[in-house]
Amino acid sequence: MKKLIPALTLLALTLTGAAAQEKSITIASTTSTQDSGLFSHLLPIFKARTGIDVKVIAQGTGQALDTGRRGDADVLFVHAKPQEEEFVAQGFGVARFDVMYNDFVLIGPASDPAGLKGSKDIAAALVKIQTQGAPFVSRGDKSGTHAAELALWKEAGVDLGAKRGAWYREIGQGMGAALNTAKAMEAYVLADRGTWISFKGKEGLTIAVEGDKRLFNQYGVILANPAKFAWVKKEPGQAFIDYVLSDEGQKTIADYKIEGQQLFFPNAKR
Amino acid sequence: MMEEPSAWRLIASADPALFGIVYLSLKISLSAVVAAGLMGFPLGALLAFTSFPGRGALIVLTNAFMGLPPVVVGLCVFLALSRSGPLGSLGLLFTPTAMIIAQAILITPIIVALTRQTIEDLWSEYRNELLAMGLSPLGCLLTLLYDARISLLTTLLAGFGRAAAEVGAVMIVGGNIEGFTRTMTTAIALETSKGDLPLAMSLGLLLILIVIGVNASTWLLSALARRRMG
Repeated sequence: MKKLIPALTLLALTLTGAAAQEKSITIASTTSTQDSGLFSHLLPIFKARTGIDVKVIAQGTGQALDTGRRGDADVLFVHAKPQEEEFVAQGFGVARFDVMYNDFVLIGPASDPAGLKGSKDIAAALVKIQTQGAPFVSRGDKSGTHAAELALWKEAGVDLGAKRGAWYREIGQGMGAALNTAKAMEAYVLADRGTWISFKGKEGLTIAVEGDKRLFNQYGVILANPAKFAWVKKEPGQAFIDYVLSDEGQKTIADYKIEGQQLFFPNAKR
Repeated sequence: MMEEPSAWRLIASADPALFGIVYLSLKISLSAVVAAGLMGFPLGALLAFTSFPGRGALIVLTNAFMGLPPVVVGLCVFLALSRSGPLGSLGLLFTPTAMIIAQAILITPIIVALTRQTIEDLWSEYRNELLAMGLSPLGCLLTLLYDARISLLTTLLAGFGRAAAEVGAVMIVGGNIEGFTRTMTTAIALETSKGDLPLAMSLGLLLILIVIGVNASTWLLSALARRRMG
């Protein structure tokens, strides 16, 4: 075994080649930041400024934080503030910063069986869905959107433990897959606006509820704690965080638009 | 029906990102096949020739492991390579090397099981002739491996097919990182989840075409080799 490890290391170094010598960091992030195209817009600009390559693993927020807890990411870029603060409090992250926000929207079939269209009251809408037994697709994957959905049911006073039935369908998949499923089942689904705007299969789906203050969706960024994980790439990781919080980085985020619509609104505190 | 020519348009557009994905898929699956062949041929042949207590159980196991679920293999490799796992210090998680390791584990049982069967059948057929020629056990083994080379090539192709088609293991250990660990299958899964079904379908067609291409060139090569040897 003692001989095996150096041999394996050598093999690994040969196979991964020069890649290990370049400046690169791994970010565990959410499907919404990747699927919306934000990273494709932001990362080339960041690389041009700093020469740092960013590898993005797009997961749900819960899974991304778990990746961080295992020490497998340098930076986390997610959207579930209470869980992020817990992550930092447990010593896995150095500090958490607000980066940007957008909002959630309740998406439903164009036929709108629960009659929600045009409503701005998300709590009332959820109560209607439950009492009428209209199909509802839940992410069910511990993502930031899933956490937000569960908090909204609570806010609406619907006890899912008691009231869930065949109408409530937990699929355990990403945002895009949930939208695909909602479309196929003519169901309602909570989505972040970024993924919704960039989603390519919108036909048959429409926004049922939007504009409620409770649909606010805050994104945060955290550097994994080098004191806990010695291999964390501290300088380039911090450089990424400094960049997204800087005036230039914030403007780059605001500049990202699809068909004229801004997807994310920078709100770093300085 | 979807906009049917998009697969062709994709290829015709010579998109470097697409070529990167195709190249990585081929590199990973072919490397895994080579690694699995290096381990699987000797192990399979050894299993065919030797007899020891528990051999039957080992044969059943290798046969059963031909159907190892890719997600389970992916999860095991993930836990081993994660920074908090036993091999974490290598820093291999979310790299192409991790994906090769996972796929090699996935297809080695296929190579072992099929090699074992092929060699064992030949051995029972030619045993007397080979022994009459006065060949040593190693001589018999090499003769049989050479004699079975066309069947063994098919064995490698079966392994390649499995590696190229799977998405569960490479998704977990590679992380589907754009330009680094994104393969054809993980790209298809991603585009499907983004609702871009025509693009996902085109990538799927392209993957099938590539697999057919690899198999066709192997067939041509072995046909040529056979003709040359008369």
